[in-house]
Amino acid sequence: MKILVVDDEKDIKMLFEQRFRKEIKNGDVNFIFAFSGEEALGYLSQHVHEAVLILSDINMPGMSGLELLQNIKQKFVAPPTVVMMITAYGDAENYNTAMRLGADDFLTKPVDFRLLKEKLKLKI
Amino acid sequence: MDQDLQSIVERLNALDISEEARAILAEALKSIDKKFSLTDFKLARTEKVKKTTGILLEETIEELQRKSKSFTEMTILLKNAQEELKSTRSQLLQAEKMASLGELTAGIAHEIQNPLNFVNNFSDVNTELIGEMQDELDKGNTAEVRIIAADIFENEQKINYHGKRADAIVKGMLQHSRSNSGQKEPTDINALIDEYLRLSYHGLRARDKAFNATLETDFEKDLPKVNVIRQDFGRVILNLFTNAFYSITEKKEQGKDNFEPTVSVSTKKADKQLEIRIRDNGVGISQAILDKVFQPFFTTKPTGQGTGLGLSLSLDVIRAHGGSIKVETEEGTFAEFIIMLPL
Repeated sequence: MKILVVDDEKDIKMLFEQRFRKEIKNGDVNFIFAFSGEEALGYLSQHVHEAVLILSDINMPGMSGLELLQNIKQKFVAPPTVVMMITAYGDAENYNTAMRLGADDFLTKPVDFRLLKEKLKLKI
Repeated sequence: MDQDLQSIVERLNALDISEEARAILAEALKSIDKKFSLTDFKLARTEKVKKTTGILLEETIEELQRKSKSFTEMTILLKNAQEELKSTRSQLLQAEKMASLGELTAGIAHEIQNPLNFVNNFSDVNTELIGEMQDELDKGNTAEVRIIAADIFENEQKINYHGKRADAIVKGMLQHSRSNSGQKEPTDINALIDEYLRLSYHGLRARDKAFNATLETDFEKDLPKVNVIRQDFGRVILNLFTNAFYSITEKKEQGKDNFEPTVSVSTKKADKQLEIRIRDNGVGISQAILDKVFQPFFTTKPTGQGTGLGLSLSLDVIRAHGGSIKVETEEGTFAEFIIMLPL
């Protein structure tokens, strides 16, 4: 399963690679990283239908995670891409906006990796 | 006639001289007598003038004494007023510092949360890895142990890096609100600007979820360190960013199509000076108020939202650093503040 992780914090790459080292070693998941909404969209338009699941931070400079979500849901309709939003601000407003824009799930930081792994297992 | 002259006249009458000579002498005596009375009159008049002058002099001295007294009193009043002004000013400064700290709080919380998440996460990973390492040791799989050890080491460095990051943010926050005026110290201006840009951006994001902006930074590499009072200069930068974000928010609310709110900051070495430009593509400043923006208590914000001291205090700080600040703007298009600092 190819997962695109979008976050402006660069160390998120190493963290995910460590947290999922067994899954990566076993070939269960394959992570790609983008450090802004713009970069994520660029990747998606070049590698159509490759990433089946997108994990995006909301609070990023430039294009926010919510704008990215809106873009993805409008441009990449078939097959439907699963988008999970991650944010430090787990407030109702962000949650409602994300859900209205078609987010498939909503997680708050700090990420509970055990929970995330369970959720990912269900999506596979 | 004067008594002495009278006796001379009597003696003269008793002398046996010609009538002609007698008449001449009598005439001369009369004339002398006239001059005597004139002198007497003048003397009396001078005496009067002297008296009057004396009185006037006394009055003048009294008046001067009165004036000197009220002058002393006024000096004391003025001094009191000056001291009051000074204390009011320092109270205002402290209020402004606390207000800007308030603006920062949400940003600080966000900025600390991120590194703390990394610290916790990498620490959890290391706990797992040490468990795995023990398993591999039991199996005698040295090669695998080495790989795990290298990973643990790398994670440890991340923990250290993010711990220091949180530490620096807390230190910066304490420094920001400290009331005594700090010392100038060699400072990495690019890092300082970047820190405050992030703090003010995240601070605003935390309070206004709908807010978003593109941040552009163009920092000149290898800048020499600049001697600044960190918390004072940081407050100037913070104020300029806060204003820039306020301006683009205003413009966004006007609902213009295709508006991409952008705040950019650049540093450049020019001659023996450092040039810092902070620019936003917000509502700009109208020509009518352009010469007022650095005046104390001038604000375009609604009552209760701005102290009107931000730019005025910024100007004071920049001048205290031997630098200058100016603004270039076009109403409805952009505003750019340019700070020059001696290197």
